[in-house]
Amino acid sequence: MEMLQNKHSVCIAPVQVVDMATLMRYVNSSRMGHRSIALNCSASVARAFGVAAGKPLPAKVKIVEVGPRDGLQNEKTVVPAEVKIRLIDMLSEAGLPVIEATSFVSPKWVPQMADQVEVMQGIHKKPGVNYPVLTPNLKGFQAAVKAGAQEVAIFGAASELFSKKNINCSVEESLQRFEEVTKAAKEQGVLVRGYVSCVLGCPYEGKVSPEKVAQVAKRLYAMGCYEISLGDTIGVGTPGGMGEMLEAVKREVPVDALAVHCHDTYGQALANILVALQMGITVVDSSIAGLGGCPYAQGASGNVATEDVVYMLHGLGIQTGVDLHKLMDAGAFICQFLNRRTSSKVAQASCKL
Amino acid sequence: MGNIPSAVKHCLSYETLAQDYPWLVRWLQEEKFGAICEFPKTVKIVEVGPRDGLQNEKEMVSTGVKIQLINMLSETGLPVIEATSFVSSKWVPQVEAGASEVAVFGSASETFSKKNINCSIEESMLRFKEVISSAKQADIPVRGYVSCALGCPYEGDVEPAKVTEVAKMLYDLGCYEVSLGDTIGVGTPKSMAKVLQSVMKEVPSSALAVHCHDTYGQALANILIALQMGISVVDSSVAGLGGCPYAPGASGNVSTEDVVYMLHGMGIETGVNLSKVINAGEFICQALNRRTNSKVAQAKSCHCVP
Repeated sequence: MEMLQNKHSVCIAPVQVVDMATLMRYVNSSRMGHRSIALNCSASVARAFGVAAGKPLPAKVKIVEVGPRDGLQNEKTVVPAEVKIRLIDMLSEAGLPVIEATSFVSPKWVPQMADQVEVMQGIHKKPGVNYPVLTPNLKGFQAAVKAGAQEVAIFGAASELFSKKNINCSVEESLQRFEEVTKAAKEQGVLVRGYVSCVLGCPYEGKVSPEKVAQVAKRLYAMGCYEISLGDTIGVGTPGGMGEMLEAVKREVPVDALAVHCHDTYGQALANILVALQMGITVVDSSIAGLGGCPYAQGASGNVATEDVVYMLHGLGIQTGVDLHKLMDAGAFICQFLNRRTSSKVAQASCKL
Repeated sequence: MGNIPSAVKHCLSYETLAQDYPWLVRWLQEEKFGAICEFPKTVKIVEVGPRDGLQNEKEMVSTGVKIQLINMLSETGLPVIEATSFVSSKWVPQVEAGASEVAVFGSASETFSKKNINCSIEESMLRFKEVISSAKQADIPVRGYVSCALGCPYEGDVEPAKVTEVAKMLYDLGCYEVSLGDTIGVGTPKSMAKVLQSVMKEVPSSALAVHCHDTYGQALANILIALQMGISVVDSSVAGLGGCPYAPGASGNVSTEDVVYMLHGMGIETGVNLSKVINAGEFICQALNRRTNSKVAQAKSCHCVP
C-alpha cells in the first residue's frame, strides 16, 4: 500500500483524465465498501487551492480585453471613434497584452463598429500588444488587413440554432467560410483566434453537449487558429459544467491553446474562471467595466469585468502584467462617456485598504 | 465487484485496469467532474438577509414587511433564517422573545473589535462565555461569527493564525458552528484557502461556515474554494441585501439566489426553491425601492430569449 500512497511511484497512462489519486478516492469511498485510506489534509488543500490533477494554478495569465469590441458592440450608446481610440490607448497603457479593437462585420449589422477603419488606424499600437479584430468572412478579413490588422478573430458556435439565428448559416457552413479566412491569413502571416459561442448553454437550444463544443474547437484549431476562446455566451454555466466542457475540449485541443470567455449574467463568471484556471487554462477574456450587456436578456449583465478578474488573479498571486489602477481609470473614462455605472464590483468599492 | 485494492497493487496501468474491470471505467465516466474536485453533496444555506441584510440597508422597513419577508423565506426551503438582532450582550431578551438560537460576533482584528463593539477580542470572549454558558443551560444553540477573517478595514491583512485563535475560542466555548466572515469582501480564493487551512486544524470543517461578502465580486469564487475544501455551510442574503458599511455605495452580502444557482448547477442539494427565493427578493426590493443585487434575479426578470 505504501506505493499507492505516493502517487509518483505509480505509473498511470492518462487515457482518461483520472489520476491514481482520484482512483484511490473512489476505491476507498464508502460506496465501494472498503476500508478508507485517509487522504491527508494538505493534499485536499493543495487540490482545492489549485493543484488539480497534478497541475498547479498558472503563474501567469494572459488577459484578452474585449471591451472595445464585444463590450461596446453590446452597449446601447454608440461611441464615436475618438472615444474608442482613447479607450484602447488607455487599455494599452494599463498593460493589457491583447485588446480586441473593432469588428469588420458589415456596419449594416453592427452599426456600432462602422468606424472600424478609423479606429484601427487611429490607435497607438503599443509594441508587444496584439489588437485582433473580428472578421466574419473573407471579405471582412481583406478589409481588416487593408486597415492594418495583424490578427483577426472568427466566431463559430456549438449550437446549430444559434449559428443560424446569429450568422444565418449552419455550423458546418460557417466553418467552411472560416477555412477561407484561415487559409488567406496563413498566406499573409496574419494570426487567427477562434471563438466558440454557447459552450455552456444556448438561448435557443438550452443544453449544449461538451462533445459538440470539442468538435467545433477541434475544427477551428485544425484549420489554423492559434487559440480557441470558449464562450459562455449567455452566462448560464456553473463550475461543474465548465469542468465537464473543458475536460471534453482538452481531449481535442491542447490546453495552452484554450481560453475562457465567461459572461457574468448569472454571477457565475469568476467561479467558472477559477475552475478553468484549476484545469490549466491560462488565457481569460474579459471586458473593461463589464461593458456589454446580454443581448438575450435586456437589462442583464454580460461580459465579466476585467477589473474583477485582475483583482482575483492578483489575489491568487498570478501575474497578468496589468496595472489595476490604470485599468480602473480606463473603466471610469468609458463609463463617464456612456453615462452608466460600471459593472465592476472592484470599481464600485471605494473601500481602501 | 472485484478486489480492487489488490488489483491496483499488482497492476500499474490504467489500460490494464480498464480491460480487466470495465465496470470501473464506466463508473468513473459516470462520475461527474470527479477528477478535479470533490464537492459536498448537500450544502446548508444560512439566510442572513432579514438581519444582516436589512441592518445594512439605508431604507428602513416596517416590522410587517420584515415578517412577510421572513415568512416568504420560510416557504423557500431555506433551513436557517437569521431573523433579527438584539444588540446586547445579554441573551435574556432574545430568549424571552422566543429566539431558538443565539449568535455571537467575535472579530479576528483587535481594531475592528474596539471600533465595532468597543472592547478588545479578549473582553468580547469573556462576555460571550457568559452568554454561551447561559444559553447552554437553557438548551439554546449558539452560532459564532468571526468578522474580518480575510481582511480588516483598519488593520488591512489579518493573520490566519489570529482567525484560527478566535474561531477555536468560540468553538471551545460551545458554539455549534463558527461562521468565518469576509467582512469587507477583500478576500480571494488564495486567502480563503489559507484561512480555512489554518482554522481546519483546530475546528472541524463540519462546524465551519463561510460568510462571504461580494464587495469586490469575489464571493462565489471564494465559496467555491471553500466547498472544495470541505465546507458545507454558506451564509448569504436574499437579493444581496446589505451594502458594505465601510465602502459606501459598494455591495456587501453575496446574493442567496446567485449562490443557490451555482450550487444547483453543480448538482449540490440545498433544499431551496430558487424561484421562491427570487420572489422573496423581488418583494423586499420593491419594499426598499431598490434594485436587486442578485445577477440571477436580474437575468430572470429580463427573461432570456426565447
